[in-house]
Amino acid sequence: MGKITGAQAIIKCLQEEGVKTIFGYPGGAVIDLYDSLMDSDIHHVLVRHEQGAVHAADAFSRCTGEVGVALLTSGPGATNGVTGIATAYMDSIPLVVLTGQVPRHLIGNDAFQEVDIVGITRPCTKHNYLVSDKDDIVSILREAFYIARTGRPGPVLVDLPKDLVASLITYPEKKPIRMQNYQPTYEPHIGQIAKACKLIMKARKPVFYVGGGVTLSDAGGELTELAKKLNIPVTMTLMGLGSFPGSHELSMGMLGMHGSYTANMAVSQCDLLIAVGARFDDRVTGKLDEFASNAKIIHIDIDPTSISKNVKVDVPIVADCRYALRAMNKWFDAEDSFSIAEEAARHEPWFNIIKEWTEQHPMTYKDDDTVIKPQYVIQMLDKLTNGDAIITTEVGQNQMWAAQFYHFNKPRHFITSGGLGTMGFGLPAAIGAQMAFPNKTVIDVAGDGSIQMNIQELATARQQGLPIKIAILNNNFLGMVRQWQELFYNRRYASTVMDIAPDFVKLADAFGAVGLRATKKSEVEAVIKEALATDNTVVMDFQVNPEESVYPMVPAGKSVADMLLV
Amino acid sequence: MKNHTISVLLQNKPGVLSRVTGLFSGRGYNIESLCVAETLDPGISCLTLVSKGDEQIIEQITKHLHKLIDVIKVTDISEKEYVEREMALIRVKAEAATRAEVLRVIDIFRGKVVDVSARSYAVEVTGTASKIQAVIDILRPIGIKEIIRTGTIAMARADKKK
Ligand SMILES: Cc1ncc(C[n+]2csc(CCOP(=O)(O)OP(=O)(O)O)c2C)c(N)n1
Repeated sequence: MGKITGAQAIIKCLQEEGVKTIFGYPGGAVIDLYDSLMDSDIHHVLVRHEQGAVHAADAFSRCTGEVGVALLTSGPGATNGVTGIATAYMDSIPLVVLTGQVPRHLIGNDAFQEVDIVGITRPCTKHNYLVSDKDDIVSILREAFYIARTGRPGPVLVDLPKDLVASLITYPEKKPIRMQNYQPTYEPHIGQIAKACKLIMKARKPVFYVGGGVTLSDAGGELTELAKKLNIPVTMTLMGLGSFPGSHELSMGMLGMHGSYTANMAVSQCDLLIAVGARFDDRVTGKLDEFASNAKIIHIDIDPTSISKNVKVDVPIVADCRYALRAMNKWFDAEDSFSIAEEAARHEPWFNIIKEWTEQHPMTYKDDDTVIKPQYVIQMLDKLTNGDAIITTEVGQNQMWAAQFYHFNKPRHFITSGGLGTMGFGLPAAIGAQMAFPNKTVIDVAGDGSIQMNIQELATARQQGLPIKIAILNNNFLGMVRQWQELFYNRRYASTVMDIAPDFVKLADAFGAVGLRATKKSEVEAVIKEALATDNTVVMDFQVNPEESVYPMVPAGKSVADMLLV
Repeated sequence: MKNHTISVLLQNKPGVLSRVTGLFSGRGYNIESLCVAETLDPGISCLTLVSKGDEQIIEQITKHLHKLIDVIKVTDISEKEYVEREMALIRVKAEAATRAEVLRVIDIFRGKVVDVSARSYAVEVTGTASKIQAVIDILRPIGIKEIIRTGTIAMARADKKK
């Protein structure tokens, strides 16, 4: 076989991995790669800031389950991508980030646009590589894809010195990847499965607590089957929303700091907590000693370091969530159907308590016809899209209201930065989502603060002709921080007032997008309808009640008993 | 909280050590000592580290080490029968009045003198960490000028039945 350049080999390898869309921004160190890209059928989305490229690739992956790919130049290009990489890392999203690097003979010389990006991203990647031999380029890239998508997924960065990318190499044949030192466990231990199932049979007040791991392993079907079969109520973390249908009567919605009253009460009073692909994050548990303190705990996770990290677990199961739930379904299917029906019936009293909690304290807000309530905007979006849109979010109150009031019935439809809580995620994420699903409605639920963090990506959306919709819940505040100041800092609004903001309608216009505004409740529906009917990028500016707060709220580090209600 | 001696086999590649130390600093685990060198297979290094923590922390440490892609094997050696050694180089004041005393002490501990000057001896001592500490405690009143310790290395004892 003839020789090809490193750049050509990289593009060929991307094609071999099934990559059709990548997000990036050019520069001197990656100019060869861009040159080769021009000859391929891979679609390159030119962003306006590298953070946007990584977020878009990340959202592309969250929507499709495929590995997202971003291409950045050396130095500032690479460092601009770091927030995106850390965002993906915290939420275990499979990405391959390719960065250009200065030629090898200049590495370590403080060369122009040289930065030790492998050093910088070591703590926020699953793994990373500096390629140092041209004959390793392809094998490392293949390994990067393999590591990104297997086990607990995560971002992998490959740093490519310019001289290697420009050199001639022989393209190596594809071989199955075997890594002696990296062999994630997929299949659960059968003894542990039996132990877990027996615990479930004994429980009277069981609860499923499910997180992003269920979405990542596409285990929603298995989870739904098991929960319905045994009549076990389900609560989801922010990352888990959609893995169990939010409109189903067994769904208690989200738990944690801004979770539903029902979900938090159920977890604090259950006698068995079945944690699946969730990691007992502090935003979920509140005060640890009082979290599910009366319950036995089963914990299924593919990452052994997640298990018994924050709470002591009775039955640990290290496995892919889908494999584990499938094994549990099988175990119960082997029982006679009479005892399963009996088992399901035994949970009825518990289910009645749960229904009562929801009747007493449903997920709600005080509506008011004189102002636009942000929650009302979300409810309208839910209604007018039949709950079927892909919703991305920024961070803050907007994110929590989207989680609380949109009914996610399918996995991979709620795209949000959970672990890192990155403001500026939503708009580039909407671009990534719309690239993955050109025919779906994609809406970025935004705050007026967050949207300004990556507003430049409106140009990217326009360039790609993407009809994404941006719904700004404009409260003229950094609302979530303001809320904490209201509750815990005597309403001293230090640096959270955003009274100088662009006119978002004119701004949209300046980008060639469509800008719409609602200042009254009665205008909300018409604005959304018009936006949905517009085949262009649309920015909706909803002037909402400025000092609205998100409830329920379990203050940080407190227990469920301290929950603040509407 | 007790000391645990953890032995880690890892790929002998650039940057691997910083993955290990980065893990400890990033997660706030402590390192009492750390020692690393090539094994019989030059592609693989062995890293011995001593860390202090309760059982739950040590379990997290071993799991996190295991999770690093370049790590091949992690063993908490202190869970088994094992031998451990550390070496120290100690420069101790050796003036006319104390020379004989220094020699007597290091003889008791089977150490040896590796460098001599008009006013000091540099001595080499090998043993468990507690033996090294004992030598240091005894030499201190005489006047220690400098200490360099290697940190502990350890090896599990062979299974006697095999
Ligand atoms: C990059 C970044 N900087 C700072 C924060 C801290 N923070 C969390 S929420 C928030 C306020 C967000 O305001 P806005 O986007 O207007 O949304 P709202 O809460 O008003 O809906 C801030 C500053 C963050 N999460 N991310």
